[in-house]
Amino acid sequence: MTGTTIDKAGPSRAAPKYGSMKRDRLWALRWSYFFLTLFAIFFLIPPIYMFITSLKTSAEISAAKNPWWVFNPTLSNYIELLGSPIYLNFFKNSAIVSVSVVVITMLIAIPAAFALSRMRFWGSATLATGVFLTYLIPETLLFLPLFKMFAVFNELTGIQLLNRWWVLLVVYPTLTVPFCTWIMIGYFASIPKELDEAAIIDGASWMQTLIRIFVPVALPGIIAATIFAFTVSWAQFLYPIAFTTSIDQLVLPVGIITTLIKGDVFNWGQIMTGALLGAAPPLIIYAFLMDYYIAGLTAGATKG
Amino acid sequence: MAEVSIRKVVKRYDNVEAVRGIDLEIKDHEFVVLVGPSGCGKSTTLRMIAGLEEITEGEIAIDDIVVNDVPPKDRDIAMVFQNYALYPHMTVAENMSFGLRLKRYPKAEIKARVDEAARILDISELLDRKPKALSGGQRQRVAMGRAIVRNPKVFLFDEPLSNLDAKLRVQMRIEIKRVHQKVRTTTVYVTHDQVEAMTLADRVVVMNHGLIEQVGPPNDLYHAPATRFVAGFIGSPAMNFIPVRLEAEGDGLSTKLPNGASLPIPAERAQRYRAIAANGKLSLGLRPEHITELRPEMGPGVVQITVPVDVTEPMGMETLVYFKLDGAELCARVSPKAGIREGTSAQLAADLNNMHIIDETTGRVV
Repeated sequence: MTGTTIDKAGPSRAAPKYGSMKRDRLWALRWSYFFLTLFAIFFLIPPIYMFITSLKTSAEISAAKNPWWVFNPTLSNYIELLGSPIYLNFFKNSAIVSVSVVVITMLIAIPAAFALSRMRFWGSATLATGVFLTYLIPETLLFLPLFKMFAVFNELTGIQLLNRWWVLLVVYPTLTVPFCTWIMIGYFASIPKELDEAAIIDGASWMQTLIRIFVPVALPGIIAATIFAFTVSWAQFLYPIAFTTSIDQLVLPVGIITTLIKGDVFNWGQIMTGALLGAAPPLIIYAFLMDYYIAGLTAGATKG
Repeated sequence: MAEVSIRKVVKRYDNVEAVRGIDLEIKDHEFVVLVGPSGCGKSTTLRMIAGLEEITEGEIAIDDIVVNDVPPKDRDIAMVFQNYALYPHMTVAENMSFGLRLKRYPKAEIKARVDEAARILDISELLDRKPKALSGGQRQRVAMGRAIVRNPKVFLFDEPLSNLDAKLRVQMRIEIKRVHQKVRTTTVYVTHDQVEAMTLADRVVVMNHGLIEQVGPPNDLYHAPATRFVAGFIGSPAMNFIPVRLEAEGDGLSTKLPNGASLPIPAERAQRYRAIAANGKLSLGLRPEHITELRPEMGPGVVQITVPVDVTEPMGMETLVYFKLDGAELCARVSPKAGIREGTSAQLAADLNNMHIIDETTGRVV
């Protein structure tokens, strides 16, 4: 670009003040980091406090010293808990229940979402909304009727459902299936219609389209749903405390508070240790699946 | 290889008729292009042939077998979509062989067919890539490859080039034609681009408002359009339309333009137009290439007109000259050497031997 430049301002007019994109970006970043730090501190204080407390003896916890410092660190809480068959049994119950619930949820939610989002049939839209609405009813409203139902079922058939850990495999999916179906409906909706049409023309049945095209393409969505289902099952408290009572049937969150709180005596060190150990599995799962979750597998399906 | 018959086919969505009763016979090996503006029913027709849409009324037959109730996978058709619709988690080879694998073809045959299709489309070195590692043109080739390996009775193309940039589109257009010359499969191709329709088709089907306006070879449509819609839709720049009256002048007829100018009609055409001369609502249709600069020898039927030049568009080999005639926006194609400039008045030659008279009440070309 050689040659003339256009003198549009004239000599008397001052150059207008423009913002700087670089400076704008810098400020945006500063604010971002400020709030990120704030939230990080806010959310990390409880687990840090738990960790500090878990390293203390009961005597030190009850002593009115600085609660943020460990003067005589000890691993006795960890050793006692991990050496206790009762605690390990809670862990085992929780793991079996959560993994089974995830599998059951996916086996129901994925085909349900596929049917609701792709196989247009009479009432499918209403049904899809209905599925979501069931999720909005809180469990605090449901656990008494459910309890009554189980009792009546026992009277009629003689099959004991209460105080059995496996009854949770029936109860938890009422929480996880609607929400996971809803997530999957949303995810399937983002898959271009032509993809299943191409599969159908290629000769795939609905089931083949679902398993060979939709499941691999929707993997990030399925993983998100899996994380959700696992977290809900692992952290569920109300249903297990209502439906299970014997020590050997308890899952982790209920087990910790029933065995480690004796009357008005709180074994804080072990409670914190148990809770901290209990929080580990979801964390590990997040860490492993996050990459998958973020990876955009749909890239390249269509234009763009 | 197959024939496709579309008989009195109607498609209704609730109360909207997308296709309003069309008949079309597509011959074996033929390349038929359905063309029309968006919402004309061309894609719906194609999807009904594919089996992706139910047929409300009428019937579609492939090779004399009525397929109304036959599911897509049993119709033995292959379809190429506008957005390619490649399976993102599969490699090119897996994408192309998916249909064959579902039908449990022997592995050796699948490989042979994929290799052959890849060779035809010149994508042999891409077979191990995933779709996201391909360019738009390459994806389009893979989508075509997926259709070719199945060796179906009919190829269906749904605006396959609309997502490509202009240069690539021209390239792929030629590629599609070349592939069709090689494999000779009966093809139904949908596009809104009349240039694509003209260049690819053995026969073009022009659709509008759910009806077929005209069916014919590209040149027939261009030179002898049946309706005003076809006359205006085929050809770029579009045909000029000027409201006119026909008046007797001595033995012959002449067209009276709105500005009062009177153009004599060549004798053999005058014969044809006499019957409708009394009709008050007529238009003169004249393609831009039939309005040119004055030439030394002007044959019979060529008349001279003087027009105020509005805008000129130099295209290199020709210059498009736009001018207004009593509100009607007209275009002429003149030689760049004619030196016609914007804002001046120019002498142009209108070749009435190529004129069309359109009855505006029926929309038909007389």
